[in-house]
Amino acid sequence: MPFQSTVGDYQTVATLETFGFLPPMTQDEIYDQIAYIIAQGWSPVIEHVHPSGSMQTYWSYWKLPFFGEKDLNLVVSELEACHRAYPDHHVRMVGYDAYTQSQGTAFVVFEGR
Amino acid sequence: MSKKYDAGVKEYRDTYWTPDYVPLDTDLLACFKCTGQEGVPREEVAAAVAAESSTGTWSTVWSELLTDLEFYKGRCYRIEDVPGDKESFYAFIAYPLDLFEEGSITNVLTSLVGNVFGFKALRHLRLEDIRFPIAFIKTCGGPPSGIVVERDRLNKYGRPLLGCTIKPKLGLSGKNYGRVVYECLRGGLDLTKDDENINSQPFQRWRERFEFVAEAVKLAQQETGEVKGHYLNCTATTPEEMYERAEFAKELDMPIIMHDYITGGFTANTGLANWCRKNGMLLHIHRAMHAVIDRHPKHGIHFRVLAKCLRLSGGDQLHTGTVVGKLEGDRQTTLGYIDNLRESFVPEDRTRGNFFDQDWGSMPGVFAVASGGIHVWHMPALLAIFGDDSCLQFGGGTHGHPWGSAAGAAANRVALEACVKARNAGREIEKESRDILMEAAKHSPELAIALETWKEIKFEFDTVDKLDVQ
Repeated sequence: MPFQSTVGDYQTVATLETFGFLPPMTQDEIYDQIAYIIAQGWSPVIEHVHPSGSMQTYWSYWKLPFFGEKDLNLVVSELEACHRAYPDHHVRMVGYDAYTQSQGTAFVVFEGR
Repeated sequence: MSKKYDAGVKEYRDTYWTPDYVPLDTDLLACFKCTGQEGVPREEVAAAVAAESSTGTWSTVWSELLTDLEFYKGRCYRIEDVPGDKESFYAFIAYPLDLFEEGSITNVLTSLVGNVFGFKALRHLRLEDIRFPIAFIKTCGGPPSGIVVERDRLNKYGRPLLGCTIKPKLGLSGKNYGRVVYECLRGGLDLTKDDENINSQPFQRWRERFEFVAEAVKLAQQETGEVKGHYLNCTATTPEEMYERAEFAKELDMPIIMHDYITGGFTANTGLANWCRKNGMLLHIHRAMHAVIDRHPKHGIHFRVLAKCLRLSGGDQLHTGTVVGKLEGDRQTTLGYIDNLRESFVPEDRTRGNFFDQDWGSMPGVFAVASGGIHVWHMPALLAIFGDDSCLQFGGGTHGHPWGSAAGAAANRVALEACVKARNAGREIEKESRDILMEAAKHSPELAIALETWKEIKFEFDTVDKLDVQ
């Protein structure tokens, strides 16, 4: 009888930081996360980069940070516009916290190829 | 007006018990829990503590008339009952700023917890809290980088950092040790840690470890596309060797080193923190020996004091216990001192054990590290207790996975991200912990196996040191 090991083989995956280990989010799930950013009082920021530059500190801004924007639908339409303009780029959503001068959160919404 | 010399022994309370005194903003304030010998009045005990931790000695001496001791003396200005405890009481003591060398935590502790702790008129003495005046804080270097800069360097936002200590903690060769680091980091951890016992032993000299670990960190970073690090323990026999190790970590382009601040000592720690600030290196702080000092409810120093001292001496991450794991610490007390690690102002709140308002000014914050006997089932509670500005470290909970450390790391990372996502979406993560983890496990066989492996493990013992509230 052939030996059957119960040990699985863990394959290394390339990931893009926060939420990189979760399956792609549905549209509703993405809405929830953006609503959280707005509810924290953070400013929505959209950034994008070609996958070859994903480890750079600076990704390109899409337009400017949307300072003080509270309209969830507007943020979503800007995310989609950025994705249409740069379909092969990673696009990430940042919640920018001006009080700490840090990012309250950041996660990739569209993965480029 | 000048005084006459009157040799002999005076009662301490004649000089050091001053209930009418209103503390100055520049005074360093301390709260001691005192338990005197039977028959000694509270005021005399409290005044003795104030005297012996500042300018006093047992006898009047002629030379004190050469100066103005009224300006330099510590004063007990308030005595309070300890709730539910008849034999002990709190003494609040104010120390003038000029009693202390600028920026020297060593000097503060030498005075406040020096000879006085062996004083015969006391059965027990415990330093519960210190209010550092902002004037003193401004003379301290503090965390070499702090939370905000550390996040920017490591590119981690919106969630706690995830780490683990390399196990077995003793006995691996440098090359084997680097292998375990690589497995953890490729599996999804952000950081791995030298165990505090790892310095430079015969089975693994420090240079071997540093070189192999550096290779592991760089390789994992390349393969995962994420920023990785390992706390290289620079705690050493002498300060000179400590700096030599730190310099080599920098040469290897590593982002973070580590120091054990109580066994290593505050002078060494402050020196290393200064080196880190100069050299753009992050500093992780371990706290071996703390429980010897802080666990007894009536004697020693409460950990909130040791935590405040570390923030001033310098460190970017400090171990704080886990509340839920294998090591001592109740939830409210822990929240009280992690506030003091991270916030810029912490109000007096006895329900969290904070005896004073504490203004930290512009001093950067320190990441709270939760480590010790925690596993995936604890993840929702850990996130709820510690929040995002923390580092969660699963040692056994990573290496103990049936598929090995990489799969264990992935399981923890999936669980963490699932909890963060659920919290952000407005779910009550502690109440719904089971559902959240089981849902996440549907997409992750590594997590499913981890949940199965640790489903029965709990550490439910009563806390030895409880808050004094009724």
